[in-house]
Amino acid sequence: MGDVAIRVENLSKQYRIGQRTGYGMLRESFADRLHGRRTRRRIRGKMGHRDHIWALKDISFELERGGILGIIGSNGSGKSTLLKILSRITQPTSGRAEIRGRVGSLLEVGTGFHPELTGRENVYLSGNILGMRRAEIARKFDEIVEFSGVEQFIDTPVKRYSSGMAVRLGFAVAAHLEPEVLLVDEVLAVGDAAFQKKCSGKMGEEAKKGRTVLFVSHNMGAIVTLTNQCLLLESGALSRQGSTRDVVAHYLARGDQAVKSFSDLADVERFGTGRAAFTSILVAPRDENERRGDALVVGQDLEVKLTIRARAKVEDVNVAVTVYDSTGYRVIDVNSALKGCFLALEETQTAIVEFKLQHVLLKPGTYTIGLWMGRGSVEAIDGITTAARFAVSPDLSDVRHSEVFPGVYQCGFTYSMDSDGETA
Amino acid sequence: MRTTERVGTVSVLIRPTHGWAFPDFVELWRARELVYFLVWRDVRARYKQALLGIAWVVLRPIAMVVVFSLFFGRLLNVPSGDIPYPVFAFAGLLPWSYFSASLSRVAGSLVVNQNLLKKVYVPRLAIPIGSILSGLIDTGISFVVLIGVMLLYRIPLTPMALMALPLLALAAVTALGFGLWLGSLNVRYRDVGHLVPFLVQIWMYMTPVIYPSSLIPESLRFLLALNPMTLVVEGMRWALLGQSPATVAEPWLLAISMGIVGLVLLTGLLFFNRVEKSFADVV
Repeated sequence: MGDVAIRVENLSKQYRIGQRTGYGMLRESFADRLHGRRTRRRIRGKMGHRDHIWALKDISFELERGGILGIIGSNGSGKSTLLKILSRITQPTSGRAEIRGRVGSLLEVGTGFHPELTGRENVYLSGNILGMRRAEIARKFDEIVEFSGVEQFIDTPVKRYSSGMAVRLGFAVAAHLEPEVLLVDEVLAVGDAAFQKKCSGKMGEEAKKGRTVLFVSHNMGAIVTLTNQCLLLESGALSRQGSTRDVVAHYLARGDQAVKSFSDLADVERFGTGRAAFTSILVAPRDENERRGDALVVGQDLEVKLTIRARAKVEDVNVAVTVYDSTGYRVIDVNSALKGCFLALEETQTAIVEFKLQHVLLKPGTYTIGLWMGRGSVEAIDGITTAARFAVSPDLSDVRHSEVFPGVYQCGFTYSMDSDGETA
Repeated sequence: MRTTERVGTVSVLIRPTHGWAFPDFVELWRARELVYFLVWRDVRARYKQALLGIAWVVLRPIAMVVVFSLFFGRLLNVPSGDIPYPVFAFAGLLPWSYFSASLSRVAGSLVVNQNLLKKVYVPRLAIPIGSILSGLIDTGISFVVLIGVMLLYRIPLTPMALMALPLLALAAVTALGFGLWLGSLNVRYRDVGHLVPFLVQIWMYMTPVIYPSSLIPESLRFLLALNPMTLVVEGMRWALLGQSPATVAEPWLLAISMGIVGLVLLTGLLFFNRVEKSFADVV
């Protein structure tokens, strides 16, 4: 097969609903047998063709030796299923795949770790489970421990480790695996910032050594930095493949990553006296030319347009828009009162309020918008914790580094350097 | 799925497999270090945070023998032939404990190790085999204790004692065969987990572990003989204590009993291999 390291042909995987979510009960199975055809037909009649789902549909691709391929897609698009099949954890329903070279797969950090055993014992255990020989582990042991930075605790049971330490040790073992083909699932998403940097550095290094890498991630920054070709999966099917830049740009422009532009607020959870209510929200990014974009890129403006309908006469009302990060931390809070603006409405009157958040320097990620209106601390009229959701995507023209670092604020900055004698 | 090694490169072919087949024993042999590590992990972890640690291996059989000797030997006066009851019970409990612990461990092994099934590919048969082997260490230590007890009662050790090894192997194979069935079923039906303790309990009463088979009416003894564990337990007493078995005399009964073990093991391997590919999706 020439210099192809991974060849995948028409790979498909079907799950039976129910089978996927867990194990059955003997009773159900017996009942099924006893009632025989009748029950089964009834169930099938009710569920129709929906009792089977295709987690992967007809995936074909090739990856040459030394290539680094990124796989992206929203949750449930089949990324992990593909990786599991290639790792031989589960079988495909149809199709085939061929991998040339020793395969190492990293679907979690610290595979096979036993909490009661010490760090040292776990290095051997996990290393062997991941495919290293005992002699090989012994040879690399010092290097692994040094990389992990947990030397002091190497003879302490892993259950006494902080989660960060356990992750570091687990990754250190995996990083020394030296397979010819490496399959990685999102493991860079754990650990503290400094260690994450070390990990991506190590991955980049491995890639330079001519290792073939298949890398699944949600982190567009990491995908852009580490890979040069990419697959986009959409509900189990291969929807796009090509250069990472193109595929990532296409992905970010799509629905679920883009700003959900309009939503009706009739059925959301809310609190307050209800004398007036938010009825709809429109969220739209604006680029430098004031054009409405699909996705908010770091540094762009964000327009939030709200419709308010009064059910009773209200006055002195201030309106607030709050932005929360994915952990629920409140990162932006703007309030019409800060501009000295208050709203007064007659019964059944409708108003449209517009905020423009300027130069939003949030880091790439998903954020939610909360709304509130009321009279200062006197009365909460209508409050909605989650009114809309939007994603901030990295500025693709400006990604030099993997943006796997945590945090929410992407400060604009300049850089200069003075060295002896001359000015840079 | 097949792994073929060519000159310098390994090639893995991944495709759906159908039908009944035996597990890939060559692959399992290559993963023997993994089996070793799984056994080592089990044994280390079992006695890690215990104050008495490995002393439990010695204390547990002694405690059991003391309890059984009190209740069955003293209070109920269960006959034990010309052998003192404690030695009689110990010689039976030793292979039985190994068998019952191994059977329970194998039956639960796939569920207990589900993280291994779901996150990495290893030859899956290594997991039940590791479970079978991990009990041998305890059993070996118990054995030394038993020999000590025998010396205490002035029962001489003869070269026949070496027969204990093939008998233990028979117990291991029996536990593996039944364990493969139960363990594979347990992945999909957790009912098995609730069932196994009862099964083990009933099986113990149907095996002459704490009583001699001479207590069973002669007309029903052939039933006892069908149980491979009867052979193991009585064989052990015969090998160590020189007590000739009351049941396992007829060669044809012996053959049936061995046939059952072989059949269960072969079908267990086939069944395990057939359902193994869906373990990660179901467990």
